[in-house]
Amino acid sequence: MRAPDGPPVTAGDVLLSIDNVSLSFGGVKAVSGVSFDIRKGEIRAIIGPNGAGKTSMLNIINGFYHPQEGVITFKGEARSRMRPHDAADGGIARTFQNVALFRGMTALDNIMAGRTLKMRRNMFWQMLRVGPALAEEVEHRHRVEEIIDFLKIQEIRRTPVSRLPYGLQKRVELGRALAMEPELLLLDEPMAGMNIEEKEDMSRFILDVNDHYGTTIALIEHDMGVVMDLSDRVVVLDHGIKIADGTPNEVKSNQAVIDAYLGVAH
Amino acid sequence: MFYRETGQFKSSYAADMQIFPIRQDRIALWVVLALAFIGIPLLNAFHIWPFGSEYMLRAILIPFLILSLAAIGLNILTGYCGQLSLGSGAFMAIGAYSAYKFATGVHLPFGLFDLSIPPLPMLPSILLGALMSAVVGILFGIPSLRIKGLYLAVATLAAQFFFDWVFIRVKWFTNYNSSGSVSAPDLNFFGFVVNAPIERYLLCLVFVAIFALLAKNLVRGNIGRQWMATRDMDIAAELMGIRPLYAKLSAFAISSFIMGVAGALWAFVYLGAWEPLAFSIDRSFQILFMVIIGGLGSILGSFLGAAFILVLPILLDQVPHALGVPISVETVSLLVFIITGALICWLLIVEPRGFARLWLTGKEKLRLWPYPY
Repeated sequence: MRAPDGPPVTAGDVLLSIDNVSLSFGGVKAVSGVSFDIRKGEIRAIIGPNGAGKTSMLNIINGFYHPQEGVITFKGEARSRMRPHDAADGGIARTFQNVALFRGMTALDNIMAGRTLKMRRNMFWQMLRVGPALAEEVEHRHRVEEIIDFLKIQEIRRTPVSRLPYGLQKRVELGRALAMEPELLLLDEPMAGMNIEEKEDMSRFILDVNDHYGTTIALIEHDMGVVMDLSDRVVVLDHGIKIADGTPNEVKSNQAVIDAYLGVAH
Repeated sequence: MFYRETGQFKSSYAADMQIFPIRQDRIALWVVLALAFIGIPLLNAFHIWPFGSEYMLRAILIPFLILSLAAIGLNILTGYCGQLSLGSGAFMAIGAYSAYKFATGVHLPFGLFDLSIPPLPMLPSILLGALMSAVVGILFGIPSLRIKGLYLAVATLAAQFFFDWVFIRVKWFTNYNSSGSVSAPDLNFFGFVVNAPIERYLLCLVFVAIFALLAKNLVRGNIGRQWMATRDMDIAAELMGIRPLYAKLSAFAISSFIMGVAGALWAFVYLGAWEPLAFSIDRSFQILFMVIIGGLGSILGSFLGAAFILVLPILLDQVPHALGVPISVETVSLLVFIITGALICWLLIVEPRGFARLWLTGKEKLRLWPYPY
């Protein structure tokens, strides 16, 4: 389900729009009637208290959950039911709240796995691993090494990821998502559980990705300092409902947001 | 190892991505291959110990090679792709019986649709037999899209019992032989008839060397990364564009193909004449143990596991006799069971990931030796 080869989406245009989307699991409404959009080239934060439906929102965007109502338009194409690998094919990559690396593989192999969709040689060529198959493997290794340099993880490329400290695992996971050369990168709490230095490093990487590759980023984060500094626009969810949407400053002073985070006297 | 990669600089990614990036490892591989292809035939030609009789080849090396091949097949499915299978015996049997049918001529009397294939030469028969095994592997792999782990193991167990039954009951597969046993046709490869034990050994060695290389290339390529990704974190794999259907069924197909080749070799080259019992559930377990003890997700581990499970009991069997301890043969065989079982338990407690991991740990330690880190 590749997006049509229409005119390229330029900076500032809407890349993805969510229209009146609702998702429920049995009687539990995870998301109800949420609408917002993500523009090309921006860093869009999705925030809200625990259980607000943020992760569900990301899962809807990359096709893992199928909303009962609403329309999602990605690169100008409205889509209904879509399998996760179709979303990946269309240029949506993500990282996970709990690191979801392939634990038995090295950092290098994890990032190489991100190139899967770009590799075209079939099994028989791979079996022989000569000529075009080897050339393809080398070509993708080049791209992966660029990402490894970019994320400054050269010295751990041969280490099985299960042995890496948490902060580096998060960085490898970002690398794996970048290897897909996504147009839209979804980051689910990229800084959860990190200390201040690691957060600063990760923030810099996110800004660099946005700047260097021009990748549009949607991120969920609980650290308000990070959210306010990084993001261009913020959407606030609470109990599956959108309560605010705007620039960090607008959101910060919004009474509904303050109430949702701090609670209100009844 | 006592040698390091120091001073061996790579100037291309192709050089960096070799199977053995360190020069000494490559030399070691060539030495092993030279021993296997030239050394052993020479020793055998001059009847030098331990090749004084045919025992070493017939009872140890030939079954070791064939079961290593089967273990490589299962390792692709269980070790690399994470799909537990108890049907190895069935897939080997399909390879063996299909190869037998292709080698003796296929005739399907279906009335209107009367299919007849004349007897095929040996090599195409074995490969077509393996292909049949791959097709059945894909069919029995379909449940893996919905069920995982032990439940999948039960589904593959169904394959095992079903094909045990088929090859006993459906006389067509045994060419209506009244005893139900089957004799292998001549091992004629391009006019050369393989007969002597050393020829049989070399035949197995060629098959194992080729398939081990192809399997290694697969597991370090794109499809191998897809298998391991599916094994380690199937949801993340799917969100990265890896289709679970393709990854799992391709693992089933490749794995069954290799096990089919191993089955055909086991029947034709090792046994010569066989009954369905040769591919019973015991065989499935034996190969699964080889893979677990050798190391899940390692081609080298398949060889180490096969060596341990197959060769250790044979060696233990010889010990009392060699030491001159007067105990009966029955006691020895019981003791062998007890000792082998205890060793397996001990090994799995010490290193649950098998010999391959022990090997890696040892290499890392030696690399830093004499410093602890």
